[in-house]
Amino acid sequence: MTGPTDIHAYLAAFDDIPGTRVFTAKRARQGYQLNQFAMSLMKPENRERWKADERKYLEDWKLSDEQREALLARDYNRLLDLGGNVYFLAKLFSTDGLSFAQAVSTMTDMSFEEYTRMMVGGGRSPEGQRSIKEGR
Amino acid sequence: MARITAGVGSSHVPLLGVASDFGKDSDDYFGPIFNGYEWTRVWELAEKPDVVILVFNDHASAFDMKIIPTFAIGCGEQYKPADEGWGPRQVPDVEGHADLAWHIAQSLILDEFDMTIINEMDVDHGLTVPLSMMFGKPDKWPCKVVPLAVNVVTYPPPSGNRCWALGEAIRKAVESFPEDLNVQVWGTGGMSHQLQGPRAGLINREWDNRFIDGLIGSSDALRHIPHLEYLRETGSEGIEMVMWLIMRGAMGKTTRLLHRHYHVPCSNTAIGHLVLRPDNGEGLDMTGSDFAAAAE
Repeated sequence: MTGPTDIHAYLAAFDDIPGTRVFTAKRARQGYQLNQFAMSLMKPENRERWKADERKYLEDWKLSDEQREALLARDYNRLLDLGGNVYFLAKLFSTDGLSFAQAVSTMTDMSFEEYTRMMVGGGRSPEGQRSIKEGR
Repeated sequence: MARITAGVGSSHVPLLGVASDFGKDSDDYFGPIFNGYEWTRVWELAEKPDVVILVFNDHASAFDMKIIPTFAIGCGEQYKPADEGWGPRQVPDVEGHADLAWHIAQSLILDEFDMTIINEMDVDHGLTVPLSMMFGKPDKWPCKVVPLAVNVVTYPPPSGNRCWALGEAIRKAVESFPEDLNVQVWGTGGMSHQLQGPRAGLINREWDNRFIDGLIGSSDALRHIPHLEYLRETGSEGIEMVMWLIMRGAMGKTTRLLHRHYHVPCSNTAIGHLVLRPDNGEGLDMTGSDFAAAAE
């Protein structure tokens, strides 16, 4: 069977993947308000209100100070750590006029141009990116 | 009786919807991607499916975090393209097949799959991009669609084994529907990609192609791949490939390859695509027509 029998072992293994935040229940719970805020940007009138005054718009949402600051700074890795999910956060970067690839590149140590070159060259190799513990 | 005549696997990258809608589908970047679907577009014109059971995942469009169904089936009459943040795609509305969908839903529940039934929802690129890739730009989609949405966003998503078994149950449900319908099952999403974090942009060409190989023939090895392997080898969003296993499970014991295509990159991802026929293992498909030919 593919289903693990031990939920603790199942979840713990995700921490061994380099540079990856898996959207577990823990993150989903922490990020509930953050992700629902991002969803609100699917409505044009909300996008306009957000663009007019970001800080004021955030007052309507029960977010932590850290989440609020990370949103204003567009610090996407931090937002993932604080419970954000990329499909929800996509509403934010599309409101900013960024493409998926542009936004995703800000989470790496590359510029958008370098990131694009890597993708055209076949993408990031899985070599050395599979396991922190095993170094493979 | 309704019968499943083919299975299609395909990525559903949103950028392909943009390329199709803005006429960029033959430029240097998109040309090699769209060319790989040309065979299928011609083939679909000849196949004329009545219904496509389209397995996809919603990307925080119809479902936000209020409700997260693991398996949901659309039993409505019609679905509109979703506004994903830049206005809805200008593509035709999607016509459902409520009778077949409700029939499948009932059959699956009796087969111990706890389905969520959806009567109203907008459908996002996960569903509309595959329609564009397979049918081009018609004024009206040429067949009805039964949307089948799978949670592959919030962990844990369903196991590959469970997805395969769901496909088997879908086949049984379709074959017990009394109307004579030509039904295809499409599994969409994937292939390797990671859209988040410092490891973003991961592509594993070798693994992806091995996965495509595994869909052809009679092996069921793919159903035993654990989530962790998808994550390690194909990136965090490569987990979408479990949805291809629903399609594969619905094909029955053996499949025969009609067409395959793979290309890197498309936006952040690898594009994978294949077309399968259910097969009896002796080169005869299980759709009826080959049996007639063999008897002559």
